Amino acid sequence: MSTALAQKRGLGAVIWDYLTTVDHKKIAHLYLVSGGLFFLIGGLEAMIIRIQLMKPDNDFISAGLYNEMITMHGTTMIFLAAMPLIFALMNAVVPLQIGARDVAFPFLNSLGFWLFLFGGLILNVSWFTGGAPDAGWTNYAPLSTTSPGHGVDYYVMGLQISGAGTLIGGINFLVTIVNMRAPGMTYMRMPLFTWSVFVTSTLILFAFPALTVGLFLMMFDRMFGSAFFDVGLGGNAIIWEHLFWIFGHPEVYILILPLFGAFSDIFSTFSKKRLFGYSAMVFATVLIGFLGFMVWAHHMFTVGMGPIANSIFAVATMAIAVPTGIKIFNWLFTMWGGQIKMTSAMLWSVAFIPSFTIGGMTGVMLAAAAADFQYHDTYFVVGHFHYVIVGGVVFGIFAALHYWWPKMFGKVLNEKLGKLAFWPFFIGFHLTFFIQHFLGLMGMPRRYWVFLDGQGLATGNMISTIGAFLMAIGTLIFLYNIIYTAVKEKKVGGDPWGGRSLEWSIPSPPPHYNFVQTPLVRGLDPLWIEKMDGKEGMTPAEPLGDIHMPNASILPFMISLGTFIAGFGFIYQVDDPTWLILVFVGMGITLGSMLTRSLKDDLGHHIHKEELEEDIKKGAGK
Amino acid sequence: MRGWMGKFRSLFLFGALTLLLAGCGEENLSALKPKGYGAELLLDLMLISIAIMIFVFIIVMAIYAFVLVRYREKKGQEHTIPKQTEGNKALEVIWTVIPIILLLVLAIPTVQATFDLADKSTQGDEGVITIDVTANQYWWQFTYADQEIATSQELYIPTGERVYLNMKSSDVIHSFWLPSIAGKMDTNPGENMNTMYLEAYEEGVYWGHCAELCGPSHSLMDFRVIAVSQDEYDQWVEDMKNIDPEAAPETTTAQEGQQLFNDNCMSCHAIGGASAGVGPNLANFGNREKIAGILEPTKENLVDWIVHPDEIKPGNQMPTEIVSEEEASKIADYLLQLQHSDVGTDVPTQNEDE
Repeated sequence: MSTALAQKRGLGAVIWDYLTTVDHKKIAHLYLVSGGLFFLIGGLEAMIIRIQLMKPDNDFISAGLYNEMITMHGTTMIFLAAMPLIFALMNAVVPLQIGARDVAFPFLNSLGFWLFLFGGLILNVSWFTGGAPDAGWTNYAPLSTTSPGHGVDYYVMGLQISGAGTLIGGINFLVTIVNMRAPGMTYMRMPLFTWSVFVTSTLILFAFPALTVGLFLMMFDRMFGSAFFDVGLGGNAIIWEHLFWIFGHPEVYILILPLFGAFSDIFSTFSKKRLFGYSAMVFATVLIGFLGFMVWAHHMFTVGMGPIANSIFAVATMAIAVPTGIKIFNWLFTMWGGQIKMTSAMLWSVAFIPSFTIGGMTGVMLAAAAADFQYHDTYFVVGHFHYVIVGGVVFGIFAALHYWWPKMFGKVLNEKLGKLAFWPFFIGFHLTFFIQHFLGLMGMPRRYWVFLDGQGLATGNMISTIGAFLMAIGTLIFLYNIIYTAVKEKKVGGDPWGGRSLEWSIPSPPPHYNFVQTPLVRGLDPLWIEKMDGKEGMTPAEPLGDIHMPNASILPFMISLGTFIAGFGFIYQVDDPTWLILVFVGMGITLGSMLTRSLKDDLGHHIHKEELEEDIKKGAGK
Repeated sequence: MRGWMGKFRSLFLFGALTLLLAGCGEENLSALKPKGYGAELLLDLMLISIAIMIFVFIIVMAIYAFVLVRYREKKGQEHTIPKQTEGNKALEVIWTVIPIILLLVLAIPTVQATFDLADKSTQGDEGVITIDVTANQYWWQFTYADQEIATSQELYIPTGERVYLNMKSSDVIHSFWLPSIAGKMDTNPGENMNTMYLEAYEEGVYWGHCAELCGPSHSLMDFRVIAVSQDEYDQWVEDMKNIDPEAAPETTTAQEGQQLFNDNCMSCHAIGGASAGVGPNLANFGNREKIAGILEPTKENLVDWIVHPDEIKPGNQMPTEIVSEEEASKIADYLLQLQHSDVGTDVPTQNEDE
């Protein structure tokens, strides 16, 4: 409704609308667009890396720039592309799946987005101000603490601000899922996507503080002369590795679990069957989340922790294969006996199974602590985690976007173009990364700017680069599809796939209050149950009445803008104390906005029953 | 139908690629062609895990292929509803228990190998060699503590013996990786010293890398391990112990070079004996496989390296243009005649066969 109004008022009004929105569906758009842009930037960096490694002794870019490329590629893809795209899906879908009108804290939801965006902007500004961070996305001390220039300072500030946004977002979804479920939606009736977002949010709640602490220590080391990681002054460099991986290992599950959820929904919908072994799937998700915290030190087998610690972490890591295996078999048996409809969303999901299985298997191989003395820090590892993160997370994001696109934008992405984008990406993906396992075993360490001629590594690297180009082609076709669909495709109804969960019971895109009346949930796959009983839509759990909605606010944007300004002050005050002015100005804006928020009563507004009745006539009550 | 056929075609392609590549990899560099105890143990462990994983993969892919062929929606089926199965307890127990058993099969040799490679029981025994390895941006220092031998970039060891390495770093974290002999271990700054052992089966020149990102020239921080017979090794130790750093070279240009070297380079470098520690010890330089770990040992390359070290290894500590090209040429003459021991020069290096 407000969108319609805004469109009439022109571009400026649309921008203002997005700057101030607290509507989870519009925040999903914001996450999607900014995450998508960062994905393209990260992809460009990947292409530059692959061009540099196309042939031996190549001098396409310099050694320093290469280290900036690999650092920013990793950082961008994990923090600024994968995370926000997952948050886009969470925002677009979770409140709808649980029958809620919004998230628990709409204001914080907006704040989380703007913090993420400004953190991401800080990181990328570094390209233009004398050099990006160059100590790897893991930023190991003392390479990072002694790195000249301000690149690593940008890493510290950017991730700190962005990470705060993620933490806020995670807490918000935790509370939303605990508190805002529609009547009858018990925990064991939640769709798997909501379940996995729930577990993911818990992981965010426990993992991100470790990153925050680590980044603070590094900030003090670099900007204020402390020596937490300086062995010369009694510090210990290994502490950073522990802090980083206590965050960093759960982070990979934060990335993959929501997409496990999305795949579960997609397999179930396009096989026209309920999910096989639902309770086992829930249990496996929780178990993966739990074990994800117990295994961080498997990134550190070669650090010298000793055989006892190495063995414990090895066995604990292997254990994760069990719940993951349960999931793979349950997905296969969800399709078993169903009617599989091979849409684009399903195509990405089906392709995910072998790809992720390979990634999982190399993961078990890596878990064999001693064998990691050969794999660690080589292209074997690069191959492994790209199989997991591209074969799992990126395939999952593509699948989920195809699946929920009609819910977000009211149009189904063109199926022909969807499949056309899939094939080059899929083939390119295997071409790029499968061979990297062998390159690693043949003696190619990761993060190598050049490899020398005569070491037998040339052919494999060439194949890998060709694959990367195919992936780029696939991505471009997908982008074209988005534009094509926006221009040419027709609007569809609320339920284009024959969906099973609540989001498909309302129009596409949903009105900004989501549900005219909160639905009554009678079991797992609530919409399917109603359809099987011959009903059109959900039975309401409440009479038609006024709906209370939060007001839009510019304050989240202002708070984040303040941290953005202060960030530069912190980075440059080392050179000259006058830069502290920026710290005061920035923190002034942030704290002033927070004070305004605290003192000013904002009680939101009501959508009146009469308006709703109007909407129902137009089909919103469906 | 074309969808899954395509996928199978690509899977087949990758399978073929696998076989092709298994025979690939440079001798003396590849982890797939072990030439020492650690690497052999690790390859065995890898093969166990690969066998288990391929077994699992075949089962998954068999079910996968069957499901995708058998249960695709057929024409006219659009309105039928398949049976809504809830689950199957027996099946779910099976695919929980079998993986647990498979993982136990893998876990046992893993733990065994982990303890085996961490074994230090013979370190310090009579006649057992321990070498201190210090990693620096971007070169390797090897000190034979008992023998007062210091060398850099090239590590000599006897074959058939366990040689212990005590490893640390003088600056950032590096990682000592010798794929064909023993795998890798990080070198940490400060007090976190690591110990690993090498045991080479046959004589040869083995290629090692730094595996932990350590700055711009991370990819250029290579080293060699030269394994020779026990007799030759003893000879090498003898030769290295008797280096006279002051010994005058034969030609006049080299003599001038020596003077220039002493004036300009000695504050960082040393030749034989204890090391200056700032820069590599240049003992036996004239017999090195490579200059700076990566360049062919020609005079031209050496001059280039002395004058413009930053262009060859960006970010390294050696000052640029400290001497003129002409002076560098004399220094090169001096350095290249530093042939303190000819042990190991006849050991064939794989990379020169190419």
